[in-house]
Amino acid sequence: MSATNFIGQSVKRKEDYRFLTGEGTYTDDVVLPRQTHACFVRSPHAHAKIRKIAKDKALKAPGVVAIFTGEDIAAAKVGGLPCGWLITDVNGAPMKEPPHPVLAQGKVRYVGDHVAVVIAESIEQARDAADLLETDYEVLPAVVNASVARAQGAPVLHDIAPDNTCYVWGIGDKAAVDKAFASAHHVTTLEFVNNRLIPNAIEPRAANAQYSRSDESYTLYVANQNPHVERLLMTAFVLGLPEHKVRVVAPDVGGGFGSKIYLYAEDVVLTWAAKQVNRPVKWTAERAESFQSDAHGRDHVTRAELALDREGRFLGMRVMTTANVGAYLSTFASCVPTILYATLLAGQYTTPLIYCEVTAVFTNTAPVDAYRGAGRPEATYVVERLVETAAREMNLEPAEIRRRNFIRQFPYQTPVALQYDTGNYEATLAEAIQAADVAGFPGRKAEAAKRGKLRGLGYACYIEACGIAPSNIAGSLGARAGLFEAGEVRVHPTGKVTVFTGSHSHGQGHETTFAQVVASRLGIAVEDVDIVHGDTGKVLFGMGTYGSRSIAVGGTAIVKALDKIVAKGRKIAAHLLEASEADIEFTDGVFRVAGTDKQAPFAQVSLAAYVPHNYPLDKLEPGLNENAFYDPTNFTFPAGSYVCEVEVDPETGSTQIVNFTAVDDFGKIINPMIVEGQVHGGLVQGIGQALTEACVYDTDSGQLVTGSMQDYCVPRADDVPSFRIGTKETPCTHNPLGVKGCGEAGAIGSPAALINALTDALGVRDLEMPATPQRVWRAANKKAA
Amino acid sequence: MYSFKYQLAKSVADASAFVAKNSDAKLLAGGQSLIATMKLRLSQPSDLVDLGALAELRGIKVAGNTVTIGAMTRHAEVAASAEVKKAIPALASLAWSIGDRQVRNMGTIGGSVAHNDPAADYPSAVLALDATVTTNKRKIAADQFFKGMYETALEPGEIITSVSFPCPKRAAYMKFKNPASRYAIVGVFVADTGKAVRVAVTGAAPCVFRVAEMEKALSAKFAPESVASIAVPEKGLNSDLHAKADYRAHLITVMAKRAVAAAL
Repeated sequence: MSATNFIGQSVKRKEDYRFLTGEGTYTDDVVLPRQTHACFVRSPHAHAKIRKIAKDKALKAPGVVAIFTGEDIAAAKVGGLPCGWLITDVNGAPMKEPPHPVLAQGKVRYVGDHVAVVIAESIEQARDAADLLETDYEVLPAVVNASVARAQGAPVLHDIAPDNTCYVWGIGDKAAVDKAFASAHHVTTLEFVNNRLIPNAIEPRAANAQYSRSDESYTLYVANQNPHVERLLMTAFVLGLPEHKVRVVAPDVGGGFGSKIYLYAEDVVLTWAAKQVNRPVKWTAERAESFQSDAHGRDHVTRAELALDREGRFLGMRVMTTANVGAYLSTFASCVPTILYATLLAGQYTTPLIYCEVTAVFTNTAPVDAYRGAGRPEATYVVERLVETAAREMNLEPAEIRRRNFIRQFPYQTPVALQYDTGNYEATLAEAIQAADVAGFPGRKAEAAKRGKLRGLGYACYIEACGIAPSNIAGSLGARAGLFEAGEVRVHPTGKVTVFTGSHSHGQGHETTFAQVVASRLGIAVEDVDIVHGDTGKVLFGMGTYGSRSIAVGGTAIVKALDKIVAKGRKIAAHLLEASEADIEFTDGVFRVAGTDKQAPFAQVSLAAYVPHNYPLDKLEPGLNENAFYDPTNFTFPAGSYVCEVEVDPETGSTQIVNFTAVDDFGKIINPMIVEGQVHGGLVQGIGQALTEACVYDTDSGQLVTGSMQDYCVPRADDVPSFRIGTKETPCTHNPLGVKGCGEAGAIGSPAALINALTDALGVRDLEMPATPQRVWRAANKKAA
Repeated sequence: MYSFKYQLAKSVADASAFVAKNSDAKLLAGGQSLIATMKLRLSQPSDLVDLGALAELRGIKVAGNTVTIGAMTRHAEVAASAEVKKAIPALASLAWSIGDRQVRNMGTIGGSVAHNDPAADYPSAVLALDATVTTNKRKIAADQFFKGMYETALEPGEIITSVSFPCPKRAAYMKFKNPASRYAIVGVFVADTGKAVRVAVTGAAPCVFRVAEMEKALSAKFAPESVASIAVPEKGLNSDLHAKADYRAHLITVMAKRAVAAAL
């Protein structure tokens, strides 16, 4: 291996020194001159008319600078929050898009809905004044459950959707699927809930907005995953501000998991209010606010059927899903339960016919949007629960039924729009079976039984579509934005490099991984490369980080820019070495004339570019700075096989994960240590969904029952085992790095593996997530809930 | 958090006199429940009287057959105490099982017992071990101390100074934790004092309570099977998202059985 090839090396994370020593700069660390502080007054009711808001008392409280309500927002003609994806329903009609005001207009629709903002000299004064704001509500009946919301006589949230239905969307040939079912040898049917989750990034959402009267410009610091998109949505669709006068900075961000993709009401209100009070306005969510108002994830109710022939080959799949989108459409709410969900229902299998219908429903709950995996965990759960259950019903080994149906020829066109470029599913399954010691399972089960414990084993073979997305395909499916990425490589005169990327790192380690790519391509040290992200004032453009797209799309944009750097460097070197450009080779950071000992190191070429004394100025511009935009030609398709082994204590219902094996195929891996960390994090979040996490609203009052860590159980270190991790590298065929993405895989594949293991242990057909001790105890002892 | 006045108590008598006079004032022991409710603006004391500097409220003494723990002794100190581990190992391990490391380093036995959270651990030990709660005014037997949810026999201005535990012949505590909060969904402390067996249950009901039927069975024969088929009635037990009453009732039997097994 070359001395300057860092691809595949576990380089220690450059950003960790800063984070571990408290030197990170998060939005809440940003304190601006003449800073004010905001407290949002939120609805205590799930559904209510606002009769009256009286500001007088609150305005007189000490330190109050201003109070704004929905009336002020309406008078200023501040727009509502837009939805970034148009879904067209089965009848060709556009989805219902009710207004999503940044401060409630006459009505509140979920507990935590934004009613007013109180701005004061200190956060304590803002909170004290908020207590004095007099708000008179007429409480209305609320509905939190999507199926109930569609029933006749249910409370209606929005006038434009009298049946609370946003859309009914379908994909696939329903008639052909129905026919396949009619002649099937066996049909497996399951009905399940994919539980609602609350993201809980460790850094709560935060924003600090500043307005400069002298040049009418704005700066918004915000904990966000895609600052350019935030700016575009806010300027073009909500506030009507000139885009070039608005700078959005997403500094160090402590986790997102999707919840910081979106344009939130607080961001808009603060930016608008900063001009009204002519002072910077800052807000940092309290944990309780995060629980109530961050976009939640999942919340599907699904009936799924799989048709099989006598040999267990899949003939067709029929999936009917009701998706709860919450009270309003969040930025990408509409595409998550449709485009990012139903297109993955082929999984790793050659199921020839698939039909999926999704009904999206408004309820009196927080908006639901993308959360780690976004649609793909839901799809994987459907496919892998069906497949495992079918295997049990047909007395086939769960691995065998999968092998009989694996896709083995690539490229492969699925019946649900995607074309997989490559994959090797047998390889990950075989390695997982070996690593998990499936052969030794019967012995371990018997030993556990002697101790009165129940052991179970479950598989999940997932696929995901990452690297979202070819813009033209996304556009034809309703996306209202492009999905390319941009990168800029700035080579300094001494050969050191600063790279500006439109991807955003909020835990992913881009500052290291991207630097490894750049250093390897330019043949320089990783320390000689810095990665800059998260600032519209510095980065040329960007679509941000979500959907495991950063290395595949953002990384490729950087590679394209690097190619331009090397091409120009070759021209400069040819001049310096008095050779023909065609004879110049570039390896290990040195330009050489092929077949001679004449050479010019990278730093000599970069210096010549900035001190162009001996330089072809007639043919070439000085400087060495290039940028590139990259729009992918296809999604990437990471896939893998997970095997989970659990041991249940039937007396208490406690579940111990005694072994969890994950073998993933992420294509080419840049930094194995970072990838392993991403897999661990994903697995833990998936285990959280399967075992511990449930967002619960009271069905009568619409109150959020799980509104704190006391009741919402984010898994702790002692809830999870030491994972057995493996990888296979089947390179992606359509990007230069051969990379696929790894950020969400763990959360996508693990819930199904865990529930498959638990149902095996308990000998039951199904078990609702999260499989809490109480639920497991009831299932183990056949007790009614 | 609302604003409040803070004072560092100079003596138990001063602190007692102050809170007796100021009904909205609160004593601050370890603060692991009080500060959290204040941060959530659910509690608005006018004054906090910090007991943290009163040396006479701290420390562990073993004399004869009794372990006496000062009210301001931290959970971590009890958990780590070689004397407690030797005299009443079940008490040390209970202290080690409370909350997390941060809570154990701040929380105090006096604070926990005075607060009487329905899911707190210490009340079960106090009740099962037949401990005596000593205050600045009197001594209160465990059976007379815990009155109901967050309710105790303490009067305004009365401050716990120590808790004395007679050493049992054998004892053990078994807890089934709420997966989210890690508080006890059900915690059962079983103690065989040599003269009698006492079984105290925390987490399951609004207040810690004893299970007479189990005590009787264990007095006859101290073995897990003695309690295996004794079911506590569901009526009156807590029922929530994490554990309905029937599940809690079941867990009481399981935890009691396991506590007896651990004590043997």
